[in-house]
Amino acid sequence: MAELSPGRRRRPQRPLSPHIQIYTPLINMVVSILHRITGAALYLGTLLLAWWLIAAATGPDYFNYVSGIFGSLPGRLVLAGYTWALLHHMLGGLRHFLWDLGFGYDLKTIDQLSWGSILLSLVSTAVVWACVSLKAGGV
Amino acid sequence: MQMRTPLKTARNLGSAKEGADHFWKQRVTGVANAMLGLFFVWLVASLAGADHATVKKSISNPIHAIALLALIVSGTIHMRLGMQTIIEDYVRSDGAKIVLLMLNTFFAMTVALISIFAILKLSFGA
Repeated sequence: MAELSPGRRRRPQRPLSPHIQIYTPLINMVVSILHRITGAALYLGTLLLAWWLIAAATGPDYFNYVSGIFGSLPGRLVLAGYTWALLHHMLGGLRHFLWDLGFGYDLKTIDQLSWGSILLSLVSTAVVWACVSLKAGGV
Repeated sequence: MQMRTPLKTARNLGSAKEGADHFWKQRVTGVANAMLGLFFVWLVASLAGADHATVKKSISNPIHAIALLALIVSGTIHMRLGMQTIIEDYVRSDGAKIVLLMLNTFFAMTVALISIFAILKLSFGA
């Protein structure tokens, strides 16, 4: 602990800066938070990719076992969430590239980009899973 | 009074001595991930419900294998940098921060090495 100067035995009671619960949730704030959350989720989700690759490299028996887990209802729910997180984070990244390049800073465009990335991430996730269902012959 | 020498500007690295290194690497790997990620989604979706032989054949296809390797290298660098930012934002104590930053590196390296090993084994192994 740093020594307090004479006459300042206690830290002065300064007001704390308001935290997120104080603000009205605006859509750009929501997608910004989602960008971080999906990023952290994808971080852990790489374990699924590593597991899948290891299963394929191990042999047919273990691969079938792991495929069974991924193909189960809870497995598919996790993978659907993983797909959405990946696509949402990807679209968020593209939105940030746009801002990095100096475009899209007026409030209307920010709102449109924010809603757009939510909408597009949901639609593209649905499209991917529709393709998977058709490919795998029914969910 | 100007206390800074022109050398600081010339080096252009700031107080962390890394300059925009973190920022730029995050952007470069982000661009790579956007392209490789779409390939990855396509690859996995196309292999949904496939048996082991089909999956092995697809992953050991040189183009697929190289793209997957690129995604793993780029992706693990990107996620390590991202998690580093999260740790630096939320962890106050220096001790915990150093430990978590180290674990972050170990985790990213472990995921990368496991995945790379598996792809190489599928490509070259028996």
